[in-house]
Amino acid sequence: MSRIGWIRLAVLLALVALLEILVRIGSIPYKTMLPPSEMLTALVRLLAAGTATRDIVQTLTCVGAALVSSVVAGFGLGVAIHRFPRVRRALEPFFATYYAVPFFIFYPVLIAIFDLSLLPIILMGFAFAVIAMCIATINGLDRVPRVLGKVARMHRMREFETAVRMKLPAAAPHLFTGLKLCVAYSFIGVIASEFILAPSGLGHAIAYAYNDFDNRTMYALMLFVMIVVVTLNMLLHGWEQRLLKRWHGR
Amino acid sequence: MDAGASRNGGGRVAAGHHAELRGVTRVYPAVAGYRPVHALGPVDLDLRRGEFFSVVGPSGCGKSTLLKVLAGLQPPSAGKCSFEGKPVHGQVPEGVGVVFQEDASFPWLTVWDNAAFGLRRAGVDSAEIERRVGDALAFMGLKDFQRAYPAQLSGGMRQRVCIARTLVLQPRLILLDEPFGALDAQTRLLMGDEVLRLWRRTGATILLITHALDEAAMLSDRVGVMSARPGRFLDLVETKWPKERDSTIVSEAGFGEVTARLWHHLRGESMKALGQSGAAAAGGRAEA
Amino acid sequence: MTSAAKRGFDILLVLAALVAGWQALYHVAGETALTSPAQTVAYVGELFTTKSAMFGRHAWETGRAFLMALGLSYLIGLAIGVALGAHRLSGAVGEPILVALYSLPKVTLYPVILLVFGLGLSAKVAFGAIHGVVPVAIFAMNAIRHIKPAYLKTAKTMRLAPHQVVATVIVPAALPEIVTGLRVGFSLTLLGVIIGEMFASKQGLGFMVINAINLADVETMMAVALILFVAAAIANGILLWIDHRLHKRV
Repeated sequence: MSRIGWIRLAVLLALVALLEILVRIGSIPYKTMLPPSEMLTALVRLLAAGTATRDIVQTLTCVGAALVSSVVAGFGLGVAIHRFPRVRRALEPFFATYYAVPFFIFYPVLIAIFDLSLLPIILMGFAFAVIAMCIATINGLDRVPRVLGKVARMHRMREFETAVRMKLPAAAPHLFTGLKLCVAYSFIGVIASEFILAPSGLGHAIAYAYNDFDNRTMYALMLFVMIVVVTLNMLLHGWEQRLLKRWHGR
Repeated sequence: MDAGASRNGGGRVAAGHHAELRGVTRVYPAVAGYRPVHALGPVDLDLRRGEFFSVVGPSGCGKSTLLKVLAGLQPPSAGKCSFEGKPVHGQVPEGVGVVFQEDASFPWLTVWDNAAFGLRRAGVDSAEIERRVGDALAFMGLKDFQRAYPAQLSGGMRQRVCIARTLVLQPRLILLDEPFGALDAQTRLLMGDEVLRLWRRTGATILLITHALDEAAMLSDRVGVMSARPGRFLDLVETKWPKERDSTIVSEAGFGEVTARLWHHLRGESMKALGQSGAAAAGGRAEA
Repeated sequence: MTSAAKRGFDILLVLAALVAGWQALYHVAGETALTSPAQTVAYVGELFTTKSAMFGRHAWETGRAFLMALGLSYLIGLAIGVALGAHRLSGAVGEPILVALYSLPKVTLYPVILLVFGLGLSAKVAFGAIHGVVPVAIFAMNAIRHIKPAYLKTAKTMRLAPHQVVATVIVPAALPEIVTGLRVGFSLTLLGVIIGEMFASKQGLGFMVINAINLADVETMMAVALILFVAAAIANGILLWIDHRLHKRV
């Protein structure tokens, strides 16, 4: 790991240690916060006992469904919209406003339509993520140097081939950004929905534990979510760096 | 060189040397897996007051570093640099103006405000600012654009804004770091004429960094040829052009000779530099 | 038709399509799930007239929580962002941490905030602030980092005093990107406050919506959602216009 990586690790460990100390000596009251070490042990025990497994599986399934659908749909939409500049110009103000409006407010509407099930949850995750992927795709396709298209025509490549063999790799950095956003937004969409109103799932479980004054379970689950999200991010980041270094010399 | 005169601290510099470099070396320290880079030197240079001096050399030879040391933007790792008898070390001395390679015009100010920028910060009174800025903009042919923003102008005009901004400060030494590198060849030749007008008008000493041999040969009194990295002066070519010259000098017989002499040195050095950059790309990180 | 007029027409077309889709959804899903566009607009009118006292109370609650949260996001975000942008090492160490925080579903932290602040205004303000602070910081940090070295070199050749460099070069150069961060922070802060109200509050517009769905009060739910939507869109439109004006100069 680079020197900066070590410094970062040290900073993070110092912060965790600080929290641990503050809770143990009572500066932060025990009923508000758990020491990080106890959060970890609570998580391990919870996972071992298997009581949270169903919620975990459900949430991850929803996130997975939202992620796959938003990436595919977002990419497809992005490619299609990029093809027709007139459509793109008309949609631009809507794209610009999309993430400005709190469309979580429509979650109850979805529940009213589809009843309290997994579908509204997946839809929220999908809705949150899909436009990010779409915008990233459009930006990526913008950045494909025009000269590559001319090279493709010189080699007499067909449309689909050009898209896959030339446009996709050339737009890769932006597509990767879109992918990272999709992962983040799928998680946020699903978990926030589960928090607000859901029969089960991690978000629901955390809210339930909070309402039940069950701090151990609550913090254990929160820690779990954080670990999963951070790990996924690091994996994606690592993959991105390797890919981009080889393809784009960065 | 008369050592006594330079110890006068601000008095007349011996033999009309406006600026001096003695044994100037610049080494960039090692960074995360790469070896330290010996970018420049050791270099000796005496700039005569009022002369037009160009520096040519292959890419990466340290020409820009030389300029930065002379300007006081970077201290040398070893050796001494002085301007008008006073040492230059890490701070830009009063009386030195610099025009950079990249477009440094402030996009949030109009052309007029850009040019007036340095004067306003230095607390010069507004009547004087009006006079000097109006003068400089007229001289650089920007009078009609004084209320425009740089984003609305071409690259060449933006560089002229940067030059005007330096001009108003009435520098005695003007350093130009490949100011026309981003411009097309024709614009570059015309800008060369502009720089000559500037030189004659202000009577300043000019140091121009360029990779264009014809530009150096055409504009300068002397041309310093630098070797590949680490840059050292291989040759100092005197052109002996008359002071009243412009780009039509390319038709003189002497022009071809000067250019030929410059290329004679540079060809080998440029091939070395090409090899250096190729090795750097293929090898990636050096074993630290 | 001029191209601007054509574009305006296209945008109206998309808008009309959205409303038509809404109407169609209403026919499919039924009265218990949605209200039609016309009905919703009518009820919005009611909220502003006959029910204005009640609506005003909730709107004011949300509004003041939002403004306080926004102030905090901006102040703290800018402070962190500028510090990390100016100090190279801190920036290199801190950036991945900030980016990780950006993708974290901050909803997971809500119970902690409730434990610390209790149910009430300060909790809502905290919700909003934690959402907004991260993008403001990230954009501010990048804005400072991306200042062209040529500007700083120029300032040095003009022999400016440090406070002059900051006021006359650094601030104008970094302003466009900082403002983009403020714009994104605005939307996310609003989102945070609303989700907070949906999850744990007895007042405010978010609460109105969740309460409405619990009471099967479809009219209120749709009307409040529409009001929030339009308000957020207008606010974002204004900020976007400012953003564009600043970026046009560059």
